[in-house]
Amino acid sequence: MLRKRVIPCLDVTEGRVVKGVNFVNLTDEGDPVELAERYVAEGADEICFLDITATSDNRATMLDVVRRTAEHVFVPLTVGGGIRAVEDMRAALRAGADKVSVNSAAVLNPNLINACAAAFGSQCVVLAVDARRDESVGSWEVVIHGGRTPTGLKAVAWITDAVQRGAGEILLTSMDRDGTRDGYDIDLLEAVRSVVSVPVIASGGAGTIEHCVAALQPGRADAVLAASIFHRSEIEIRDLKLGLAAAGLPARITP
Amino acid sequence: MSRIAVIDHGAGNLVSIAQGLTRAGADVTIADAPSGLGDADGIVLPGVGTTGAAMGRLTEAGLVEPLRRWERPLLGICVGLQLFFDHSEEDGTDALGLMRGRVTSLEDTPLLPHIGWNDVSFQPDPLFAGVPTDATFYFVHSYAVVPDDDSLIIARTEYGKPFVAAARSGNRVGVQFHPERSGASGLRMLANFVAESARSSDVA
Repeated sequence: MLRKRVIPCLDVTEGRVVKGVNFVNLTDEGDPVELAERYVAEGADEICFLDITATSDNRATMLDVVRRTAEHVFVPLTVGGGIRAVEDMRAALRAGADKVSVNSAAVLNPNLINACAAAFGSQCVVLAVDARRDESVGSWEVVIHGGRTPTGLKAVAWITDAVQRGAGEILLTSMDRDGTRDGYDIDLLEAVRSVVSVPVIASGGAGTIEHCVAALQPGRADAVLAASIFHRSEIEIRDLKLGLAAAGLPARITP
Repeated sequence: MSRIAVIDHGAGNLVSIAQGLTRAGADVTIADAPSGLGDADGIVLPGVGTTGAAMGRLTEAGLVEPLRRWERPLLGICVGLQLFFDHSEEDGTDALGLMRGRVTSLEDTPLLPHIGWNDVSFQPDPLFAGVPTDATFYFVHSYAVVPDDDSLIIARTEYGKPFVAAARSGNRVGVQFHPERSGASGLRMLANFVAESARSSDVA
């Protein structure tokens, strides 16, 4: 049976892992390769790196982080941040990434998704979407540039379009919940799951094991992604896996 | 020491494969041309991407005929396995034709692509030597191989319906999952391939 995945996310800038609340007030959380190794030893099913600066100088640093990680950990790596062209994606894959996520650049140029999927296959093109609840219309709006720029796009419509263009997986972040530890936005997950048939990764708001269980069932996500709760060992990945199994969810329990 | 050439066809993560083989004691070279195959004991044909793109690259690099003629151990991974067969319906591409059969989309699946860790039910084979029967492996794909001859199938996985997770014909063996991304059990399989290549070289 296909296992539900637990994915630690490492926001990386200048070769260090950082974390902030709602993408501001960044704090240093450690060395990315060391953290990735620790998570894999604890049972992480996948590692996600997000280059949160994505300047050209930082990109070389980021690719070096990916390369060193791929030499030390033997689980899938997803890399995102600053992917604007097929060649950016190729560089990330060649550095050791298995999947590459596109976000702002795909909103500004949706054909990027078609081009990346044609070059490397849908299975390695992840669409990352940062969504903010818009109470006035009762749905979610896509925000880009790390949450700074509203787009007017409805999240569910954008995701539907992106999947038709070739996105093979959705990394869905609730900007309202990101960093709050109030739990994932289950309504958002449900709204997206009900319209797409590719895997959905829940992101933004994890604070407890129960939050992760809720994202997978009833939220019907295929994977849960979190950052700070893992960095600070507030939840051990091993305990989370056991908690998922205890809730009747298929989890990969490592020795 | 076993010499392993890893084929570089322009897409995909070679870092983890090369590192996994090196850890198993292999002398690894990355080959993007026939000259890179040299006197290798075994070849790894990896794959991320589409069969069409991969065949295009192999053709440009002049690697199609050398791979067809290769008689020593050959390990295909993911699209690498798919390339072994006659034809892929992914983009209507003819592939290497090392094994009779075709590549078709997974059917009746809950979601596509099939992404994540899943069980593999395998038969005794040198590639799976020492691998626990309850081990899970990492998959990321939407297509799978359908050999004409079922006796080539050495492992199956269920996702909606059962599909072929590994196939072997003589020295040619391929897996649909990613051993280089499947933790300790995957590393064990890469080590098994290094050992198989070394044995084959001793016989020769």
